[in-house]
Amino acid sequence: MKRALIVLAIAATFAVTTFAEDVHIVYWQYFYQSKVDTIDLLIKQFEAKNPGITVEQVTFPYESYNQKLAAAIPAGEGPELVNLYYGWLPLYVKAGYLAELPKDSFGSEYFKKTYYNFVEQSAQFDGKYYAAPTAVRTLALIWNKNLFKQAGLDPNTPPKTLEELQSYAKKLSKYDNQGNLVQAGLAMQPNGQGHCWIREVLFRQFGATPYSANNMKVTYASPEGVSAFKWYTDLIVKDKVGYPNFGTDDVTAFVAQKVAMNIDGSFRIGTLNAVKGLDWGAAELPTYKGVKGNFASYWTHGIVAGTSGKKLDASVKFLKFITSPEAQELWLKNVGELPATPALSAAHKDDPYVSVFLKGLASAHATAYVDEAGQRKILVDAVDQVSLSKKDPGDVLKDAASKEQKLIDDFWK
Amino acid sequence: MTLSKKRALTAYGFLALPLLYFVAVRFAPMLYLTVMSATNWGLFNKKIKFVGIDNFAKIFADPVFLKSFGNTAIYTLVGTPAVIVLGLVFALELDKIRKYQAGFRLIYALPYITPVVAVSWVWRWMFQQPPFGVIDALLVSLGIPAQGFLNDPREALFCVVAVNVWVELGYCVIIFLAGIQTVPPQLVEAARIDGASERKITRRIILPLLRPITLFLVVMEAIQFLRIFTQVYNMSYQAQGGPLDSTKSAALFIYEKAFTNFDMGTAAAASLVLFAVIMVVTLLQLKFFDKKMDY
Repeated sequence: MKRALIVLAIAATFAVTTFAEDVHIVYWQYFYQSKVDTIDLLIKQFEAKNPGITVEQVTFPYESYNQKLAAAIPAGEGPELVNLYYGWLPLYVKAGYLAELPKDSFGSEYFKKTYYNFVEQSAQFDGKYYAAPTAVRTLALIWNKNLFKQAGLDPNTPPKTLEELQSYAKKLSKYDNQGNLVQAGLAMQPNGQGHCWIREVLFRQFGATPYSANNMKVTYASPEGVSAFKWYTDLIVKDKVGYPNFGTDDVTAFVAQKVAMNIDGSFRIGTLNAVKGLDWGAAELPTYKGVKGNFASYWTHGIVAGTSGKKLDASVKFLKFITSPEAQELWLKNVGELPATPALSAAHKDDPYVSVFLKGLASAHATAYVDEAGQRKILVDAVDQVSLSKKDPGDVLKDAASKEQKLIDDFWK
Repeated sequence: MTLSKKRALTAYGFLALPLLYFVAVRFAPMLYLTVMSATNWGLFNKKIKFVGIDNFAKIFADPVFLKSFGNTAIYTLVGTPAVIVLGLVFALELDKIRKYQAGFRLIYALPYITPVVAVSWVWRWMFQQPPFGVIDALLVSLGIPAQGFLNDPREALFCVVAVNVWVELGYCVIIFLAGIQTVPPQLVEAARIDGASERKITRRIILPLLRPITLFLVVMEAIQFLRIFTQVYNMSYQAQGGPLDSTKSAALFIYEKAFTNFDMGTAAAASLVLFAVIMVVTLLQLKFFDKKMDY
């Protein structure tokens, strides 16, 4: 009898704690193996530290991720926490689908102290903060050391300027006897990171300003912008060192060792290190007339509007945990993306890959997108119009600028 | 209640269920879509407003909409006749073979029963440019200049048509073959005794008797090409119907409006336009082909 009572008492305690305390929250992100594994690991640590809170991770293929979010959140079927590309924030914030992060744990002070300047600025709308990231990414020049050797180039000396990049790319390109490109010196993939390289790096290096200070006006169709754009498209049309979708895309072709150099993001470190037989290096983006440049971006976590009570408290706790210094370190180790807190970077300035992407942050700009997919397509099509339809780069760029201006105007209308 | 009334009632009883299903999953959403095409419904719009015909005005002023509907016209006008003619020729030839006919039928049907996504990707790889694609490698080895195929705005659409014809061919061959085999053999024999050539038999007896089947296939294939989506989605880079919108079909345009731009009102309007086009085309075909048969 006594034993039965004890058992009953224990069972009752369990029942009370589970019914009264347990909070279940859901976190969504797209499927990228190393990111999914790292979040799973973080969830385990978080649940151990916070009994009574359970977190469930749900993933979707990248291709349909934005569509799932956009369909589920308005219908009230979404999760409590979502992983978003920073370029999608304006659309979600404007529609009211993201909750303002609580000021006591994610206030202006905190953001300014914790994050890089460009993060603080792009996560903020009218003085309110809507999302906090774990990591940031920049671009670098990556090159295949074996192909450098084959072309008689020093495998440890990558090009440092745009002029060198161009001449290296020519030396590294191979053609068949019909003149078809069979090995690309430089991947030309505007719908990968290429459009960011043009938009925030090349335009600025050639002396153009891509957007006005308040980001309301498209200003890259200046003579300087046209010369930057022409420099890029000439690599395809005149120098023939690469073309869009050569070997499916830049990453596939680089992994297949059919592309000698590429401009790619720090998130690729893990992927490329896992490829057997690929000897690669990463260097800072080439300069032009002494001007450095880079493009920074990030995926970030937000809390869905309408989350309240215990679920909101648990979500804020979880958000704080997955953006903590420990989480940032783990993210760098497993995924390869850079810590979003500048102070954490100092410890990695000797890592051959990480240091390169870190250095890029000093000269990096993040585009203030209003419609990332739409704005990307405009530049991608602009390159195609020059390379496939043989149109004049100047005319094409002016047309692209006016199309992008219309997108921005329509958004703020 | 008389027996015939009872029978009718039973028939209606059985028909009611599928009818209910059709009303719920076809007609109701279509009505909803028609209403929504006159609003600014969007996933990122919380307040839905009535906008009249604004959505229609917007799409008809959109060059991408016009381009995608133009592309759809080319898909249909090139693809449908190609697949019907080829299907008929193959079926007539196949009918002459008695040995291993089942085996040949299977070979022609294989592309049709393979998942379209897999087919599209395999062809996409084969259409790649040197040094990757098989087709260009063949051309180069024959001394013919390598082609851009899916990477060339002038060729990409026809590559997609070719793949879809290749897929649909098996279906047409099987249906035509079944039709040819229902032609009464005494008609053919009588004609042969009267001294008609094989060609004449085909032209004067078999082809006219195949008219109902041809009508069926023309309607089905035209609808298939008018709504072409999966092939384009999988054969163009990042599923965008490129390069430069050269392969974008009406269905892909609608999909992009709805699920990339989240602009449901415009997508609904474009769907209605596509629906109207398909209906008109189908009615015209029925009118054109549906003549009384006399033996």
